[in-house]
Amino acid sequence: MDGMAGNRPLVVWALNISVVLLVALWIFPTLGLLVSSFRTGDQITSSGWWASMFPAEQTLQVRAQDPDDVRVDAGNGVFVVEGNVFVEGLGDPLPIDSWGTSSRAIDAYQVGETADLGDGETMLLAEDGSYVWQGNDDQISGRAQRMFINATVPPEFTLNNYKFVLFNPENAEGMAKAFFNTLTVVIPATIIPILVAAFAAYALAWMDFPGRALLIAAIVGLLVVPLQLALIPLLSLHNAVGIGKGYLGVWLAHTGFGLPLAIYLLRNYMVGLPRDIIENAKVDGATDFQIFTKIILPLSFPALASFAIFQFLWTWNDLLVALVFLIDSSGQTTVMTKQLVELLGTRGGDWEILATSAFVSIAVPLVVFFSMQRYLVRGLLAGSVK
Amino acid sequence: MHPALLGLVTVAIGVGGCVGYFYGANVFLDKVLLPAKGPNAGRNINRANQIRPWIFLFPALAALGIYLAYPVFATLRLSFLERLPGNEYAFVGFDNYSRMFAEPKFVEALWNNVMWLIVVPAASTFFGLLVAQLTDRLRWGSIAKSIIFMPMAISLVGAAVIFKLIYEARPEDVAQIGVLNHLYLNYFGGTDPQQWLTIPFWNNFFLMIVLIWIQTGFAMVILSAALRGIPEETVEAAIVDGANPFQIFFKIKIPQIMSTIVVVWTTITIATLKVFDIVFAMTNGQWETQVLANYMYDKLFRANDWGMGSAAAMIIMLMVTPILYWNVQNARKEMR
Repeated sequence: MDGMAGNRPLVVWALNISVVLLVALWIFPTLGLLVSSFRTGDQITSSGWWASMFPAEQTLQVRAQDPDDVRVDAGNGVFVVEGNVFVEGLGDPLPIDSWGTSSRAIDAYQVGETADLGDGETMLLAEDGSYVWQGNDDQISGRAQRMFINATVPPEFTLNNYKFVLFNPENAEGMAKAFFNTLTVVIPATIIPILVAAFAAYALAWMDFPGRALLIAAIVGLLVVPLQLALIPLLSLHNAVGIGKGYLGVWLAHTGFGLPLAIYLLRNYMVGLPRDIIENAKVDGATDFQIFTKIILPLSFPALASFAIFQFLWTWNDLLVALVFLIDSSGQTTVMTKQLVELLGTRGGDWEILATSAFVSIAVPLVVFFSMQRYLVRGLLAGSVK
Repeated sequence: MHPALLGLVTVAIGVGGCVGYFYGANVFLDKVLLPAKGPNAGRNINRANQIRPWIFLFPALAALGIYLAYPVFATLRLSFLERLPGNEYAFVGFDNYSRMFAEPKFVEALWNNVMWLIVVPAASTFFGLLVAQLTDRLRWGSIAKSIIFMPMAISLVGAAVIFKLIYEARPEDVAQIGVLNHLYLNYFGGTDPQQWLTIPFWNNFFLMIVLIWIQTGFAMVILSAALRGIPEETVEAAIVDGANPFQIFFKIKIPQIMSTIVVVWTTITIATLKVFDIVFAMTNGQWETQVLANYMYDKLFRANDWGMGSAAAMIIMLMVTPILYWNVQNARKEMR
């Protein structure tokens, strides 16, 4: 039975192709970031990342060796500088397509051709990258001659960006510290609300007391209260009781903000557990506390996991709460999201740093997402207010 | 102490404290305060059972009260006050609000927010529904859905970086590394590379795309489950009656999942209303892209004007209130 497509092959093809296009459109942005994080800064600025999978023509800039150090007097007032562009700086030999000596004509000459630089000054570049630069005393001195080399560069990827961003102790803008700060924020902020919410959810699901319906309605209402309202009153409160800005404050804030969803999700799940089990346990003389810890908590594992993933993703990705409750002027407690915003300001054009830092910050949530997707979907389905 | 160690200690104290509190309070209630033995055993058990729910609820209610309920009223109060030097406050009535509405930047933020509220939920729900329907019977549908769902795990700031790379503009004579300018120059007859985020009005849409990209996955997951939940017989009956696929989709399926569509729409509306990170990271409200949440942040923490900042927060609250009311009504209906 097929609702939309029928079984006509043409329609099936159209269906597949349109889904492929949508998927490509959705993954393209993230892929760009991932690929860019494995390219050097020069590669990123010389071609779009989508071209990086294929050999590409690149223009490399190089100078001849310093003539004041290495020039050789060839007699008759002629001085010569010889060298090899690959040996001196460009690295492994590449096939050279063309070259030039001026930024206005970067492909003026072929390999093996002698460039006339005027007044008898010449430059010769061979296929293997070796060059001969000659001219009179005046010409072969001071600043060395510039060369633009157009070469076909095979696709090349590097891990150096990650080394720099994560493991370079001299990099003041590195992500290592921010990574651990984020982790420090996230773990308590994920675990503590679960426990508090689980007890409350049990009471709201299985215990009878006056005002229960009102409390449930209040929690549904609190689900949508924007946390923007909480910033100033709570910061004042934290300052008044001496917590100030710091980890304790951000843990408490995340706990408070996460509770409505936690209680709501867990209560909805617990209400659906079979009544018989709980009533049998009561008949056997179990107390509510025992029922909760021995029966409800283990049975509620899927809901607990769903909420844990939500809260993990939300606290890991949060910027606003960390800005307000955690990060002080010392900058010692910066988290990754804040660090990224800073980098966008200070290193706006350095895409190798930006892309790598961003990917470091999204890698952990992506791993969690793909390994625990089942629970996330289940939580979403239970958590959207019906 | 190293913060990571402090974090572990906090987890231990927090978890231990919670368990200790719940266990201790229960033991105290059953053994000391109202023991289930002696002459009053029956009465004591009943009383203990009346008190117990509140022991279970107390930590959660305290946290909710302090962290969500109290701030609503405190912010409301602050929005009518002006902060004077020396931690003094003066009551100024609606002065903060009238000053705010007189500010062009606020009016801009309000209009932009309204635009976000119209475009983002509509577009996300549309794409979500489209993907949900297209992948419904596809053999590799779950992989496709997984990929479209993935941006959900990416932080808004991370997404901001991702899309800044897409919108990147380089000088005319060098290679474009932003795909949008690359396409614009090579396939759409553009002559100069554009700084997309600085083009007033249209730049709002370039920012919205980021949130649509993220929220589509959410809409798709919920709507996909709803489509699966449609009884087969209704679709089969329509086919027997000779309905074409479009009629089946629009006349049979859509009406049956309408309530879910509304839920998805309102949930994304709330997320959109609070949008902060994207604007903060990508334009910081420049070039006429201000939105309420970022305007509020500016007022609170840059201009240090708590009165106007709180007034802006109250406007956000006011815009959420209809949805809040509607959700509460629905929840109560469901409980009955």
